[in-house]
Amino acid sequence: MIKSLGKWVDDRLPISHFWNAHLAKYYVPHNFNFWYYFGSLLLVVFVLQIVTGVWLTMSYKPSAENAFASVEYIMRDVEWGWLIRYLHSTGASFFFIAVYLHIFRGMMYGSYKKPRELIWIFGVLILLVLMAEAFMGYLLPWGQMSYWGAQVIISLFSSVPVIGPDLALWIRGDYVVSDATLNRFFALHVIALPLVLLFLIGGHIMALHEVGSNNPDGVDIKEKKNGHGKPVDGIPFHPYYTVKDLFGLGVFLFFFAFVVFYWPEGGGLFLEHPNFIPADPLKTPEHIAPVWYFAPHYAILRAVPDKFLGVVAMVVAILILFVLPWVDRNRTRSIRYRSTGFKVNLFLFAAAFVGLGYLGTQPATELATWAARFLSVVYFGFFVALFFISRRERTKPVPERLT
Amino acid sequence: MADSPSNPARRRFLTGAASAVGAVGVGFAAVPFLSSFQPSAKAEAAGAPVDVNIGKLSPGQMTTVSWRGKPVYVVHRTERMLESLSDVEDKLADPESAVTSQQPGFAVNRFRARQGNEQFLVIVGLCTHLGCAPTYRPEVAAEDLGADWKGGFFCPCHGSKFDLSGRVYRGVPAPTNLEVPEYVYVSDDIIKVGGTEEESA
Repeated sequence: MIKSLGKWVDDRLPISHFWNAHLAKYYVPHNFNFWYYFGSLLLVVFVLQIVTGVWLTMSYKPSAENAFASVEYIMRDVEWGWLIRYLHSTGASFFFIAVYLHIFRGMMYGSYKKPRELIWIFGVLILLVLMAEAFMGYLLPWGQMSYWGAQVIISLFSSVPVIGPDLALWIRGDYVVSDATLNRFFALHVIALPLVLLFLIGGHIMALHEVGSNNPDGVDIKEKKNGHGKPVDGIPFHPYYTVKDLFGLGVFLFFFAFVVFYWPEGGGLFLEHPNFIPADPLKTPEHIAPVWYFAPHYAILRAVPDKFLGVVAMVVAILILFVLPWVDRNRTRSIRYRSTGFKVNLFLFAAAFVGLGYLGTQPATELATWAARFLSVVYFGFFVALFFISRRERTKPVPERLT
Repeated sequence: MADSPSNPARRRFLTGAASAVGAVGVGFAAVPFLSSFQPSAKAEAAGAPVDVNIGKLSPGQMTTVSWRGKPVYVVHRTERMLESLSDVEDKLADPESAVTSQQPGFAVNRFRARQGNEQFLVIVGLCTHLGCAPTYRPEVAAEDLGADWKGGFFCPCHGSKFDLSGRVYRGVPAPTNLEVPEYVYVSDDIIKVGGTEEESA
């Protein structure tokens, strides 16, 4: 009965085809390590943000007058409201932790290289939209840091030559950050950008499944096939990696739950202290800092002494990722078979990113500004150095099969 | 296309023409959606002038009022502060207030204030860098601002410095002096921020 119903549906909707194409008969390399957990974790966090977000909108009021109070209402009076909000706010930070590690994985194992350039481009687009999504969501509690953070970031657009001031006005919908700004950010945060993200994630995964996953050896498993036309070094995603990823999810949830229940403010990094004060358009907090996941870019912005050039540097710091597949001229994918120069360069890049992240949360003292300038040079220097290192790089021989 | 058309040039022209007309239509249809992001009529109307009573503002003190949603600082400067203005001019980016967008004509002077009332500074308290509200730091040689600090405004966000006339120092992120809004004296004690001479005359 159930079986025939299943067949009836399957004859009209390609469910089993989808299941086989993307899970049961989708072959992936058998040597995925720790770094390969983050893709599936990101999907789970995305769903978590959608679900908790829908529930939050049920009690949240997107107006300058009521927003702050409605968040406190969610925290104190709505049944389990505190849990749903903390899941959402913690989810935002974990989203970025996973995204940054996922990107680093791609850089280590050369996952951006031919034929996976488009997967990488989709990924950078996802990063950009995710940043906009997080920025707009941060305004919604209408605390001091929400307000002044938005004021600073929107003012960035006013530095664009000629059209800048009108552009900033157009984004705010008012002469200052106001009720109109809050209301439109709410609409973009809960409807527009999540839809865009959904499509981009769809494109990211479709492009991935078209060419197949890379792996820590950077070896193309499609080169060696058995008598059935299956890669000898491949295993079906389901059940092998569904089970492995479920284990990874369990470990991830252990850390996630710890933060949600015992450390939701993350020491002022996940939820900043001034944001527990309602927005005051007449007074900027003594020390204004972005949430941790924007701190590296913010440090680059502050490091440049010119207003417009600072904005350009900050934007280029993200956009430059788009051209990484063409900056790296070496065909060897995995870090395992690349030169010491490449390894050192990548390590310096990661260290500069973390260092800038720390500086971005600190006050702009003279010493900190010079440190940020130095690390910004290291950050951009990575791409320049990579361009030259990869030209005639002495790589180790890549094995024909997975090791 | 499965079948090759009998007249490929005509097919190409029709496809091109239809696409072009369609693109123009999409362009027009986008106008209302993009324009709806502009400030509403209500937001544009909310610019009424604000009266500030400066009678009780003792020398050295600052008060903040809200005008068009922006903080406006009114500072009663002491004689010593007014004298110190000329001391810092070699460190300023625009000591002559040459950038016309940052003040009405009457404020193009060292005090950036109306003649006869030089002691009262009226400025929009938003840093010209990224719009934070700078803090009023009147103390001379403040510990964190250096021994040659003569008093002024310091932006906590990105470290921009302004003198006691809201003129920007060189080598800080802010590009221009703080904005002086239109204002008039209604009486000796009342400043109307946003008011112009024609209205009150």
